Amino acid sequence: MLARRIIPCLDVKDGMTVKGINFVNIKTVGDPVELGAMYAEQGADELVFLDITASHEGRKTFVELVKRIARHLNIPFTVGGGIGHLNDIEALLKAGADKVSINSAAIRNPELINQMALHFGSQFVVVAIDALEKDGKWTAYVNGGRIPTDRELFSWAKEAEDRGAGEILFTSMNHDGTKNGFACEATARLSDELHIPIIASGGAGNMDHFVDVFIRGKADAGLAASIFHYREITVPQLKQHLKNHGIPVRI
Amino acid sequence: MKIAVIKYNAGNIMSVDYALQRLGVHAIVTQDHELIRSADKVIFPGVGEASTTMRYLKKHGLDKLICELRQPVLGICLGLQLMCRHSEEGDTDCLGIFDTDVLKFRQPEKSDRYKIPHMGWNSINKVRSPLFTAEHEGKYVYFVHSYYASVCQATAAETNYIVPFSAGLHRDNFYATQFHPEKSGIIGASILENFLKI
Repeated sequence: MLARRIIPCLDVKDGMTVKGINFVNIKTVGDPVELGAMYAEQGADELVFLDITASHEGRKTFVELVKRIARHLNIPFTVGGGIGHLNDIEALLKAGADKVSINSAAIRNPELINQMALHFGSQFVVVAIDALEKDGKWTAYVNGGRIPTDRELFSWAKEAEDRGAGEILFTSMNHDGTKNGFACEATARLSDELHIPIIASGGAGNMDHFVDVFIRGKADAGLAASIFHYREITVPQLKQHLKNHGIPVRI
Repeated sequence: MKIAVIKYNAGNIMSVDYALQRLGVHAIVTQDHELIRSADKVIFPGVGEASTTMRYLKKHGLDKLICELRQPVLGICLGLQLMCRHSEEGDTDCLGIFDTDVLKFRQPEKSDRYKIPHMGWNSINKVRSPLFTAEHEGKYVYFVHSYYASVCQATAAETNYIVPFSAGLHRDNFYATQFHPEKSGIIGASILENFLKI
């Protein structure tokens, strides 16, 4: 039976793993390769490395880092963060990334999804959507959740699928950072309306939140960052908990 | 031991090379006929589209070369599919090493809807052939594919997704996995190691 996936997400700045606490006071958690290998050993099914470096030099550092990750990691990994051009994407693929996630660039230039799918295959394309719900309406945001767009979550996700996205990584801005659980209803609706896998992100605070997002939210994968980085829960504990609730996981 | 990884117009061949490096083996990534022929083991990886890739293989004479190889050959993912008779992807005639056809996953008429591609970790069952040991039975490995090889006499491992399909194939000196051993954690590494020991 196809297992539900657990995906720790690592934010990377200038080649080091960080996790933003309110984004101003960034703490360094460590070497991304080392941390990634530790998660892989613990049974993480996949990893996401998000580059939050702004500078051009930092971008080059990131490609070098991706090579190092690919050499060491024996599970699939996705890279993302500020990626906008086909050339950047090709460099990441050649460096050994299994998937690339695009967010703001996809909204600004949806054709990029078609181009990526055509050149590299849909399995390589993850479209990340940050969305905020207000008065029952989910709006997609760009630039790390700073700028609202005229895109509505569900129709945009469907369009991304039609253009060739292989997966949707949905982050609920209402839930992100709250530790009160995932946006299960919106995730379930995405999972019902689309035919590609949905990765749910934002709001994980305890193990039952994952049970919820897999059962009620019908998610194919659950992504989280700080609860893993600060060892509030470990991947093996979480997987055992999911298994106890009848959710198929790789143990 | 000389290992050749067949290089062609496919993406992410590097990850196979990296996985071999992690096992302490240095492979040559090449499409040079002599280097491939003289290797002790040959790996035929692949991510890509069937008809485009078959055209490329034919253009470079790699189709005949692969069929003529007598040393152990391991096809991975698209590599497995191209070693079959025919693929529904682009209505492509393939190498015909394995006597089975490659079909597209279709939604079942009744029961739950499935996501396609089949992406993620799934278990392998009924394992046989020198690629696998009893400890691999029921273990999870990583898949990403929208087409599958039907179960046949050469099936060396089965996985269930909508239908049972060939997760592994074996005939004579030819071996293949639909999953990516290079991305399947320690289980995948031990399957690659078994291939290197053949």
